[in-house]
Amino acid sequence: MKRLPQIALLPDGKRLHLQDGPIDLVIEASGSEGEVRAAYEAAARRFNGLLDELCGELTELRKAADPACSALRGVVARRMYAAVAPFAAGHFITPMAAVAGSVAEEILGAMLAEARLDRAYVNNGGDIALHLTGAEHFAVGLMDRPDHRGVMQTMRIDAGDSARGIATSGRHGRSFSLGIADAVTVLAKTAAQADAAATVIANAVDLPGHPGIVRLPANQLQPDSDLGARLVTRSVGALGEGEIDDALNAGVNRAQQLLAEGLIEGAALRLLGETALVGSTGIRASALPGFHESPLEKPAHV
Amino acid sequence: MTDATVAGGDKIRCDACPVMCYIKPGAAGACDRYANHNGELVRVDPHIVLERTVSHGGRLVPFQAGGDWDGKIVHEPNVFVTAIGAGTTYPDYKPAPFIVSSEVDGVDMVTVVTEGIFSYCGVKVKIDTDRYLGPETATVRAEGEAIGHVTTSEYGSQMLSLGGVHHLTGGSKKEGRVTCDALMDLSNCKPVELTIDGGATVVVQAGYPPIVNGVAEERMRVGCGSATIGMFAKQWHGKVDEVVVVDDHITGVLSEHQAGKLLDIPDTGIKMKGRRSTPGRYFQVADPGTGWGGTNISDPLSVLGPFNPKEARPGLTMLMVSTTGEHAAYYELDEALRPIQKQMPPDLKFSVERIQENCEPALCTVLFMGGAGGSLRAGVTDNPVRLTRSVKDALTRVTSGGAPVYVWPGGGITFMVDVTQMPAGAFGYVPTPALVAPIEFTLRLSDYAALGGHMDHVRPLASLRDNTETRQMPYMPGGRA
Repeated sequence: MKRLPQIALLPDGKRLHLQDGPIDLVIEASGSEGEVRAAYEAAARRFNGLLDELCGELTELRKAADPACSALRGVVARRMYAAVAPFAAGHFITPMAAVAGSVAEEILGAMLAEARLDRAYVNNGGDIALHLTGAEHFAVGLMDRPDHRGVMQTMRIDAGDSARGIATSGRHGRSFSLGIADAVTVLAKTAAQADAAATVIANAVDLPGHPGIVRLPANQLQPDSDLGARLVTRSVGALGEGEIDDALNAGVNRAQQLLAEGLIEGAALRLLGETALVGSTGIRASALPGFHESPLEKPAHV
Repeated sequence: MTDATVAGGDKIRCDACPVMCYIKPGAAGACDRYANHNGELVRVDPHIVLERTVSHGGRLVPFQAGGDWDGKIVHEPNVFVTAIGAGTTYPDYKPAPFIVSSEVDGVDMVTVVTEGIFSYCGVKVKIDTDRYLGPETATVRAEGEAIGHVTTSEYGSQMLSLGGVHHLTGGSKKEGRVTCDALMDLSNCKPVELTIDGGATVVVQAGYPPIVNGVAEERMRVGCGSATIGMFAKQWHGKVDEVVVVDDHITGVLSEHQAGKLLDIPDTGIKMKGRRSTPGRYFQVADPGTGWGGTNISDPLSVLGPFNPKEARPGLTMLMVSTTGEHAAYYELDEALRPIQKQMPPDLKFSVERIQENCEPALCTVLFMGGAGGSLRAGVTDNPVRLTRSVKDALTRVTSGGAPVYVWPGGGITFMVDVTQMPAGAFGYVPTPALVAPIEFTLRLSDYAALGGHMDHVRPLASLRDNTETRQMPYMPGGRA
């Protein structure tokens, strides 16, 4: 049976939606009409067969990355490996930690190879590759709980900023987390780097051995998880303010290391209503448009 | 469609795509689209989320049905555009923690006024139970944080007043967050465990029976103890010598009660504890609690003193029952005039069942209450006070998620709505903290223009049909809700 990826414009007629298996992309490009059409056609072309390409090397992609070398061959697989390799020496990490961002980057690259765009994004379930030129910018809304509605804060990314990738990781998302962060959002030069770094920092937001945190082996939940029998966070009980600070600080320390190594541009860490910021995040603590009565709280840390 | 192979244990292997996930029962694959339901691969429909979250533009507008608007306030009763999902542009139909979207007025991430952010909001909870939940004004807590208080009780019900601006923003950060979470869950018809200082722990869920100290309440009482005597005296007459209806408020005694007197039921020498109000009606026979009839007793005989030997006689029969019929016991006096519990005769059992039958099911009901007096109105009109006046003049009908609301008289647009009438998941939050609730204003197009409406953003209803979820509403009241 032939499986066909879903390729369609969203009902607003502006955004392109591509879906195949677990890959789910929402894409928007701005520029002249012809360029946008060419970009969307290029995105769809590149998307066809991309999942099969990845799955051809899935076994290898699910293994711990060796910091020194990799037998991976596909261009997306190589990008995934390159993004996680800087973390592989000290910790267990598989190239899968960067899959969403790497795919987003690949599709954006295909679009830009075929069309001249003022501005574009490829959003792969929250891991986003960006393109900005001239005076363009993006305003990005942050959420810490995908199951709750409402935007927590906004951040602004200008064409002059170095960040072209955004990713969020945390225990509420589709992937498992070894840590307890509700959401860690990372800005990095590429989406693949942001994806890998968000995973690493979210894992670091933790209180090892805390009795209120329920953890289960990943493969008990998802038999073929790349995390194997490693304990992943299922629920977080009540934590004291001091404990929240401790867990966030552990994540902040990790993020600051990555910032110093040039692996990220900035990060926003969120745990149980507390926020910590590292580096440049473009977060505006001002009110959202239209809600002058309810200014958002300023981030509490750093 | 796709096949799946059963692979070891009750895991299945999905072949919907080349990832070929192994999926455990009750779990979904990596895509969240296919799941293992009792060993069968099923498609988990993602389109609900899609329909709910697709953005439909940034302004509140009245909707012109099919181009031939005739000025009726409710033109098509079955089609009503709610504000749910209108509030945020949310381009990905998987819950994505990050959002990029290109939208209105140079702001990429748009939150619009049709999902109002209510800092001034709370819920009023009515809990159908006679069980003692706690003293009036006692603090109500969730996760240990104060989120509201016990207020005046109503007929057969205990009332809680939760939320409000003081708990949301006036206390500690945690208090605000916990209050916001509890309000949102209650408003979205999810269960919330509340503990009351000096009282009970109660699980409240709109539309479901309360669970008081771990026990689900089944019925509202049929009436107070005295009312129960009045309702059932004739049915007991001739079948039993004495009936005591145990109630925290007013305990009734058949032989002394006016209803018993009218039936010429003779005195039985019964001696009640508590304070006599009028004949056959006693206050405070016991302390409030979660036992018989909302008292703290588990042995009903504890509300009786010794029988008076002048009137009582061995063999005298007595039924004791609570106001819900949930508790009942039958006694006969022995030679020493002590009540001894015996098996209840069938016709008395029948009368107890009749009490149960006449009790309505106990429910928790939650009314969301919010004030939409501030900047929200600016999204509707350039001249906000005109909107308020228009609501007061009944030119504009206010609904919340399509459900009718009661607008409090007086200043502002403060309304109450039954959350069970609203579509699922209608409420959200922002970390201010405050709740996000849908609110719609429906009015004649001409009236809308007259009050300074954003006429350039008016869209025909048909333009929304393709990308929004259409639901049947329970009913659509005409005129002012």
